[in-house]
Amino acid sequence: MTPVSSKLYADDVSLLMVLIDTNPYFWSSTKNTAFTFSKFLSHVLSFLNSILLLNQMNQVVVIATGYNSCNYVFDSSTSSMQRAECLLEKLEDFVDKDESLSQENSVDGFGFSLLSGSLSMALCYIQRVFRSGPLHPQPRILCLHGSPDGPRQYVAVMNSIFSAQRSMVPIDSCVIGSQHSAFLQQASYITGGVYLKPQVSDGLFQYLSTVFATDLHSRGFLQLPRPVGVDFRASCFCHKNTIDMGYICSVCLSIFCKHHKKCSTCGSNFGEARKQEPSASDQRRKTPDLNR
Amino acid sequence: MNNEEKRFNREEEDEEEESGRGREAWERTYADERSWESLQEDESGLLRPIDNKTLSHAQYRRRLRTATAARIQKGLIRYLYIIIDFSRAAAEMDYKPNRMVVVARQVEAFIREFFDQNPLSQIGLVILKDGVGHCLTDLGGSPEAHITALMGKLGTSGDASLQNGLDLVRDLLNQIPSYGHREVLILYSALSTCDPGDILETIQKCKASKIRCSVIGLSAELYICKHLCQETGGMYFVALDEPHLRELVLEHAPPPPAIAEFAVANLIKMGFPQRAAEGVISICSCHKEAKIGGGYTCPRCKARICELPTECSICGLTLVSSPHLARSYHHLFPIRPFDDVSPSVLKDLHKLPKNCFGCQLSLLNPGNLPGPQVACPNCKQHFCLDCDIYIHESLHNCPGCESLRNSKTISDMEE
Repeated sequence: MTPVSSKLYADDVSLLMVLIDTNPYFWSSTKNTAFTFSKFLSHVLSFLNSILLLNQMNQVVVIATGYNSCNYVFDSSTSSMQRAECLLEKLEDFVDKDESLSQENSVDGFGFSLLSGSLSMALCYIQRVFRSGPLHPQPRILCLHGSPDGPRQYVAVMNSIFSAQRSMVPIDSCVIGSQHSAFLQQASYITGGVYLKPQVSDGLFQYLSTVFATDLHSRGFLQLPRPVGVDFRASCFCHKNTIDMGYICSVCLSIFCKHHKKCSTCGSNFGEARKQEPSASDQRRKTPDLNR
Repeated sequence: MNNEEKRFNREEEDEEEESGRGREAWERTYADERSWESLQEDESGLLRPIDNKTLSHAQYRRRLRTATAARIQKGLIRYLYIIIDFSRAAAEMDYKPNRMVVVARQVEAFIREFFDQNPLSQIGLVILKDGVGHCLTDLGGSPEAHITALMGKLGTSGDASLQNGLDLVRDLLNQIPSYGHREVLILYSALSTCDPGDILETIQKCKASKIRCSVIGLSAELYICKHLCQETGGMYFVALDEPHLRELVLEHAPPPPAIAEFAVANLIKMGFPQRAAEGVISICSCHKEAKIGGGYTCPRCKARICELPTECSICGLTLVSSPHLARSYHHLFPIRPFDDVSPSVLKDLHKLPKNCFGCQLSLLNPGNLPGPQVACPNCKQHFCLDCDIYIHESLHNCPGCESLRNSKTISDMEE
């Protein structure tokens, strides 16, 4: 990496972390449609090239989100010429390695890819850029994601989202699968990024270049896709129903739709202090109202 | 004693009373800046400036402390009163520009950090002044409301009364539901307390009410503060300077270990309001104003609320959104501290990864020798020290474990 201090960073220099979904189960499902992985890659490659052409100091880092692993496949600050060849070669290595890691019997249909891992790696990289000095490119993350959400990743993905929010890194998401991704909707809403699900996947490059190519400073002047209502309702742990009102365990914050005697997550017994509680909370509720 | 000597003596007294004012301007810059504190002695007795290592090491220490408490149950729903001493002693200028401003600044940072880490908890502010305790804000979950109230009430006068402050807070905290953890954090500048009665009795009452009291002193250690903290299970520290004060205050932001008999496990009824449609005009129940669009609707009484988390002012239902709950989950599922890589492993250059798994920074020092690095005990990936701190203090995910499908199942089975 060239020393940062020697560069002149204006407010429109971007560091774009692109997370590419390489989940083989997802891409094999799109075989019947016209939109294949190689087509997707050609769109993405031209997009990455255009980002690098927009500003000579722009930087692009590509991380592959696989089914069994995640890894860096491209960094424009280290690799020299022949970008496309370099990226494709690394990507091919990654896909082969990813495949070799899979256990034959572990395939349970349409799997999810490891979004939490690639998000965490991208955030670590961005922290390194922040540490590099007071002048650095403006980082943002772009998730090109197709696989469905993995429920087991919920906590890890949320942790990454909150960390990104704290360091003011927007997470943009472009969903190329058939379903909306609740994780990425929340990620973009909480971090102030753009969430988009292109209607015509053949025109991916146009979507990418019109919505996601502009730097953060110029975004203020554009009319970008507005977030449609993000559903922040929770689902209960017992039946997985989405609920409006529910009960929360005060010890472990598990969500239940009905009153239970014992928490199924942490095993605490409830209701021992019920006798004295209602009067106390009623009192509290009334006093501030009278004061107002 | 002749006249001249008398005057001299009086001057000396003046200097003790209002420290700094009797000094010449050139003296003051040296006395106030404490330039000698930014120097340290090395092994051969030479002076050199303190490097930043101490700072990063302190962070590291804080991280380890929270990590060691990993599997202890935490009190996630906290009701915390911050008692701030704005008596005459807070006008002292040993902190720059004075203690009051520094304390207010740290409290502001603390309130933001507190709500970031404990979104379901509430804070109230109490100020000690003129021998009495003033309740500045009621318990509430909005950081901005507390900060604006605090910044509007800056000013010092009179004495501080620990007893009056504790009595006031105890009355307020007795009203909260039994599942909540009652806590008091006192930022105490004065060297004395001016009480109307027996403070030891008050301390026993606080203990009986299961209130955890912690004190951060700004001047010197006081027996009564130490006694209070010991009795109620809190922590007592005295700050050395502003960075140390900041560190001590922020140590109270992560949830403390829960003590079983302090708060009873209970199911809390909560509502998850949906965002109201854009462009709808409605009167909000919190500010009593007509507002257009945005806002949330209480699922029980359909009142309009401006922001979450809050308590519905009409029906009293606690209203949260699912990300607020998710924000606390990292306290429940902390990641394991990383291990230092042993020197025997470091010798084997070929097996070592060249780059940090998180940020791709080269782990090799100049001269191709392996630099300092840590490894995750679960996924065995190597990380640089900066990533280590970031992962444990902010991210709460191990990138290595998260990007391995198989290791995850192993760790799940262990649990």
